[in-house]
Amino acid sequence: MKRIAAGILAFAMFAVAGCGGAQLGTSSGTGGQSVKIGFIAPLTGDAKTYGESAKKGFDLALEQAGNKAGNFTVAVTSGDDRNDPTEGVNLATKMISQDKVSAIVGAVTSSVTIPVSEVANSSKIVMITGTATAAKVTVDDKGARKPYAFRAPFIDPFQGQVAAKFAVENLKVKTAAILYDKGNDYSIGLTEEFQKTFAAKGGTVVASLSYGKDDTDFSAIVTNVAAKKPDMIYLPDYYGKVSLIAAAIKAKGLNVPLVGADGWDSNDLDFAALAGGYFTNHYSADDPSPAVQKFVKEYEAKYKAKPDAFAALAYDATNMLLEAIKQAGSTDSEKIRTALQGLKEFPAVGGKLSFDANGNPIKAAAILQVQANKSYKFITSVQP
Amino acid sequence: MVQFIEQVINGLQLGFVYALIALGYTMVYGIIRLINFAHGDVFMIGAFVGYFGFAVWGLPWPVAILVSMAVCAVVGMAIERLAYRPLRAKGAPNIATLITAIGVSLFIEYFTSLKFVFGPNYRVVARPFAVQVFHLGPVSISSVQILVITVVLVLVAGLQYIVYRTKVGKAMRAVSHDRDAARLMGIDVDRVISYTFAIGSALAAAAGVLFALAYPQISPFMGIMPGLKAFTAAVLGGIGSIPGALLGAVLMGQAETLTAAYITTDFRDAIAFGILILVLLLRPAGLLGKAGPEKV
Repeated sequence: MKRIAAGILAFAMFAVAGCGGAQLGTSSGTGGQSVKIGFIAPLTGDAKTYGESAKKGFDLALEQAGNKAGNFTVAVTSGDDRNDPTEGVNLATKMISQDKVSAIVGAVTSSVTIPVSEVANSSKIVMITGTATAAKVTVDDKGARKPYAFRAPFIDPFQGQVAAKFAVENLKVKTAAILYDKGNDYSIGLTEEFQKTFAAKGGTVVASLSYGKDDTDFSAIVTNVAAKKPDMIYLPDYYGKVSLIAAAIKAKGLNVPLVGADGWDSNDLDFAALAGGYFTNHYSADDPSPAVQKFVKEYEAKYKAKPDAFAALAYDATNMLLEAIKQAGSTDSEKIRTALQGLKEFPAVGGKLSFDANGNPIKAAAILQVQANKSYKFITSVQP
Repeated sequence: MVQFIEQVINGLQLGFVYALIALGYTMVYGIIRLINFAHGDVFMIGAFVGYFGFAVWGLPWPVAILVSMAVCAVVGMAIERLAYRPLRAKGAPNIATLITAIGVSLFIEYFTSLKFVFGPNYRVVARPFAVQVFHLGPVSISSVQILVITVVLVLVAGLQYIVYRTKVGKAMRAVSHDRDAARLMGIDVDRVISYTFAIGSALAAAAGVLFALAYPQISPFMGIMPGLKAFTAAVLGGIGSIPGALLGAVLMGQAETLTAAYITTDFRDAIAFGILILVLLLRPAGLLGKAGPEKV
């Protein structure tokens, strides 16, 4: 870990050193005619499908814009990070110092995007990720904003708020129990936000119980939860644990709604045990909103497949960046940054988007319901 | 009170699964003084074969358990024949055999993780029957719990019969008392050891299938923790003693479940293993173990 951090630091310093000249070069060399954008995604390796979807969304956005952002012709250099943070840093450094890009779209996973955002931010190059949800993509360890880092998805804790709102307003529940992994930041963050919002809306959390990441026997805590008779159970964890807990809940004969977050979105979910459960997600192709349906139609026409959340979010990220370049009327990264931060109600697939002070979009979440036949049904979208 | 009874039942479910694994540890130890670390992995193979049985090959689940037990009996015998017997024949020190056991364990875990074997990811086990919940007064008990407890009781009764009422059992007891004397009496020691591995592995396989039904998720590394807990249970009860393994496993199950239920899940392993240390301090041979120095 230390070695990686040191490597990142070295690269970041190298990038800063190489950058002073780079930016001058860009603005004087292009003469206002073209703008270079870098695209980083895992196109091979263990997160390959995420990267492929993101690339499709990115390509579609560019194609629809006619490869233009305002008066500038867009030139793309893209690279494969193989879902490897070191590779992501190398790509970002190369794009900034050699290719002299004005902005970067990417990366896809949080683990790669965090170091890439460090490089971009210290080189003062705008970076916008379509899909990385970890809070640290746009803020540093101390919580201070990285001014050049932006993203298109909402961040993890936001889902906790949305889930609580949905539970109180749509499911009309009064009491909830929470089971969470005490060793997982994702799970803890969601739990805290859910608890806060649920209480603020007049609900009572009757039990909040934790487990460890190696636990497989949940019968004891599920028995305790059953004794409290909650109206619903919140399970903010990844699909593997959630599947086991749901099976234990079923075996206990507890028939209350289960609610979760985007960690549920997997083909390896135990659909039988979780059928009927709800979870918050970034997007659903079945969302009837005109913006989503228009995007789904156009995407299907080009790729003959339904777009997933990765494609939709990368598409939004790209469009927001193109709009910012257009409004800035310049290839200067600082001007693009100001324009991007100032976007108001930008019409995107994910709704009318504006950025908050931390570079996170203020947008609605989709609520999906797990179906026993291995699919998800769109229920509603919830505004923050 | 109702809740307490339900927690005790939860603990019994867990403890009984541990018991089936612990029996294999204790029988093998009793007979060749070897802690067979690969035993938890045989449990894992049992879970996978059972899963293939009822989910892929479409067998009724009791048949799937029997198939899994048969496959693992062969696997157990093969492990003994290929890894342990050659060492024993050469008179290798116990520590060499122990290290071999760890090697076998790691080999099985990583070999089965390969894509063309079981694959590294976990699989969701679809239970072959719908879970029903029965209410005995205010206490609720699920069909899975009844199934686990019943199957374990039947298998333990079967084991008891084999060990105390059959010729093989008599031979096993004789070998565990004194291997050389047993050999002088005309007992084929190698064959008896082989049977012991077969029986222990078959029990572990049944435990694997039951575990997969109770906690429906399986992966090549699922055997590590239950294996360790069952080994602890065997030591707690007095390794080498069959009733001791049962007692130890039930205690471990209760300690874990009750800690998770009434203290916090953070301490479940700490308290379970803390009890082990305490018991060993007071009774070094375990609760039902035979006291007295080990023969060197």
